[in-house]
Amino acid sequence: MPTKISSKFSRRSFLRTSSLASGGMLIGFNFFSSCKDSVKMPDDISKLNYNDFNAFIKIANNGMVTIFSPNPEIGQGVKTSMPMIIAEELDVPWENVNVVQGVLDTSNYTRQVAGGSQSIRFGWDALRQTGASAREILVNAAATRWGVKPSECDVKNGVISNAKGETLGYGDVVNEAAILENERAIQFAKLTKEEQSAENEEVLRLKKPEEYTLIGKDIGNVDIDKIITGKPLFGLDFKSEGMVYACVLRPPAFGQILEYYDETAAKEVTDVIDVFKIGDKAKAMLAKEDVNWTVKLPETDKIVVIAKNTWAAIKGKNALKAKWKQVSKAENSEEQDEKMLTLLNGNKFTNLRKDGDVVKAFKQADKVIERVFESPFLPHNCMEPMNFYANVTPERIHLVGPVQTPADAAATVASMLGREMSEVHLEMTRMGGGFGRRLYGDFVYEAAEISHTIKKPIKMISSREDDMTTGIYRPAIKYKIAASIKDNTITGYHLKEVAIGGNMYGLIPNFFPAGAISNYQVDVAKLDSNITVGAWRAPFTNFLAFAEQSFLDELAEEIGKDAVQLRLDLLQKVKGTTDERIQYSPERMEEVIHLAVEKSGYRTPKEDVFQGFCAYYCHNTHVAEVADVVIESGMPVVKKVTVAVDCGIVVNPLGALNQIEGGVIDGVGHAMYGDFKFKEGKPSSNNYNTYRLIRNGEAPKVETHFVKNTKRPTGLGEPTLPPAGAAVAIALKKATGKRFYKQPFSTNLASQSIIG
Amino acid sequence: MPKYKLKINGSMQSFEAAEDTPLLWALRDQLNLVGAKYGCGIGQCGACTVHVNGIATRSCQLKVSQLDNKEITTIEGLSKDGSHPVQKAWKEVDVPQCGYCQAGQIMTAAAFLDQNSNPTEQEIKNAMHGNICRCAAYNRIQKAVALAVDPNLANVVDRKSENTQA
Ligand code: FES
Ligand code: FES
Repeated sequence: MPTKISSKFSRRSFLRTSSLASGGMLIGFNFFSSCKDSVKMPDDISKLNYNDFNAFIKIANNGMVTIFSPNPEIGQGVKTSMPMIIAEELDVPWENVNVVQGVLDTSNYTRQVAGGSQSIRFGWDALRQTGASAREILVNAAATRWGVKPSECDVKNGVISNAKGETLGYGDVVNEAAILENERAIQFAKLTKEEQSAENEEVLRLKKPEEYTLIGKDIGNVDIDKIITGKPLFGLDFKSEGMVYACVLRPPAFGQILEYYDETAAKEVTDVIDVFKIGDKAKAMLAKEDVNWTVKLPETDKIVVIAKNTWAAIKGKNALKAKWKQVSKAENSEEQDEKMLTLLNGNKFTNLRKDGDVVKAFKQADKVIERVFESPFLPHNCMEPMNFYANVTPERIHLVGPVQTPADAAATVASMLGREMSEVHLEMTRMGGGFGRRLYGDFVYEAAEISHTIKKPIKMISSREDDMTTGIYRPAIKYKIAASIKDNTITGYHLKEVAIGGNMYGLIPNFFPAGAISNYQVDVAKLDSNITVGAWRAPFTNFLAFAEQSFLDELAEEIGKDAVQLRLDLLQKVKGTTDERIQYSPERMEEVIHLAVEKSGYRTPKEDVFQGFCAYYCHNTHVAEVADVVIESGMPVVKKVTVAVDCGIVVNPLGALNQIEGGVIDGVGHAMYGDFKFKEGKPSSNNYNTYRLIRNGEAPKVETHFVKNTKRPTGLGEPTLPPAGAAVAIALKKATGKRFYKQPFSTNLASQSIIG
Repeated sequence: MPKYKLKINGSMQSFEAAEDTPLLWALRDQLNLVGAKYGCGIGQCGACTVHVNGIATRSCQLKVSQLDNKEITTIEGLSKDGSHPVQKAWKEVDVPQCGYCQAGQIMTAAAFLDQNSNPTEQEIKNAMHGNICRCAAYNRIQKAVALAVDPNLANVVDRKSENTQA
């Protein structure tokens, strides 16, 4: 057996096994909280429950391995990469592995957010330990049969061998393994507490990164065959016997509630079954104290049209006549912009980080530079609009669809309808995009309230217009950044944020360049508004990176220093820091910078290609990007983005590259085109004819280079997006001579003549 | 309620629908062909693309009453088993992220390549420009379209990726 890294852990605390009635063994594990002593392992695949276990591995008599996980796929590839990690340590060929998405019973479900870009980072140890434990259980069975020690056996590709050259496949020993494990568990239960903890100190051997045979290989998306042949996969594709379709008319503007409605015309539409209003349940829930952050519902009644098919429901909804009452302010973006600027220039801030004395530094400076960066609201625009299936019956509540916070959604529905959590049965489907929108469960509660009211299985379907009109948007944000320069060095840095509805949180104030400038301060203020805002792919950093990195570029210009060198010099100051709040590693940042500079040809400029460089850290990942802009027919065009990424071990390069390409192009697209305003509480656009998303011909080519190391994997769904807008803005400055302080850039480009 | 009989994926399909029903919703609700997706409903995103007499067409913009004597092909009928060159190329390149837009992308690409079997990079971009991919898998979409008409596609080994018997 190859040398392995040892890791001490208590297997029995998070793993259980059972013999399957149909043959083979089932292993259940719970890696976020330990399994309770009382948990029962199912002996049949149809009885899998995810209350006590995060996932199950079935090893069949023929050696085939099936991994059952309720983890949904939103497009980040975790449904492929997480099982890969288990299969690696279990040491089975990928050809023998099936991945099946499980049904989630939500009571006691411990993971609050499913499918986020951090899944891999959190699951890394647990998934490896699970795979390795399963492998040792099987090896132990083979060793027992041969009468040798497990350490005298070797494993490769699902085949166990001993010194004599005898071999046994996993399938050959799996039944014995299940029996042996069961006996061990019985023995274990009889031990004293001390003996048990001694047993738990067992050493598990994990592979060294250089021994990986599966991790680091290109593995295709596990759902690919279904996607390319159009099989039902998504929430919108789900159907059940007797299901009817529901469209919901919600307030057309923020600050409005329903006053009255007339259903006559709607009811005349062929195939419309019923029209009624909902809202009592939701409003009662909102009145409760314990509503959590995933609940974002307006306090209004809504009108529901139930029909035999989607088209009739849409037509019925369009035929409704409703009167809305303005109960809070009808917001205008222009007015909000002014208020935000006033706040930004005022002194009502909350301090998030303060090093040294910026006021003093600014006083003693040769020069102080101050810039304001502005961004609009952004809708998520998941390609699959919000939708959910609900069937509320006296026996149980069945919910099916795309949501990223299943436990919260189920708990909220239970509380809203006054039911037990154990009655809620939630299944997650593949999701047509998330980008943060599906963290909020408003559409689940609506579906549940509709089904509860009409006592039928229903599917609630939102239109694109609905999604864009009643969204939970990326808030409009403004930054004012000021820096002091003395003797050609940056001596002070003061960042102020004003955002609508909420501010940057957590560790963000400790990202680069925190720690690199002695006098450093981050302050935030928020402007209240009735427009719902929330997480949007790479919350806050999606715009902050643009502001800070553009600003650093301008500072470099002021000082007369090379933009790359400025970053490298700043990083020197962070090396060996004892400040534990600092999140990024200066060494890892240096590495991505050098890699991006080298691979993009930044040091050997080409005529007519304008390159913008930036380096950023967020979501535990260090990234440097160089955008190439050229002028075509008098307009600047982003042709290519070179990306250097340090995300630790790359579990599945094929999937990782897809995430990076998507993140970068998404970042470029929204920085260039994403524009969204409100007038009298109504959004300026509600579909793709008036809202511009980046399209095929505008997408730059993304060239990715990984820093090769053996550090634990970090997420990739988010961190490559934020720097993209900055790299583009800096390249645009070189191409046009103009600095861009406002997103989207396209509106400014159109109104100005380009200096080639 | 009017009755319709349409030729879809090679066979005649009968269903009842209001005459202004867009083909998209008839396919999805009445005929259980959910491959074509709803993205915008106004002809802007291409998620609902199907072939009508071999031409890539937005099914959200076509009424069921306009389709007499037309041959309709959906992603489900593009091939029996996912073996159409465009589907094979899509799998080899591993194009999808969330996957929602991909049926529409594939249908647009397949119809385009029927007309142009040796496209330039720019022609591919132009042909695919009308199909939005919110996940921005555009680089791979371009790559897969080019691969679909590449003679080397035949040599591509079928990558094991999906197997979900429970
Ligand atoms: S749904 Fe038909 S083009 Fe968007
Ligand atoms: S893959 Fe998600 S929209 Fe295209």
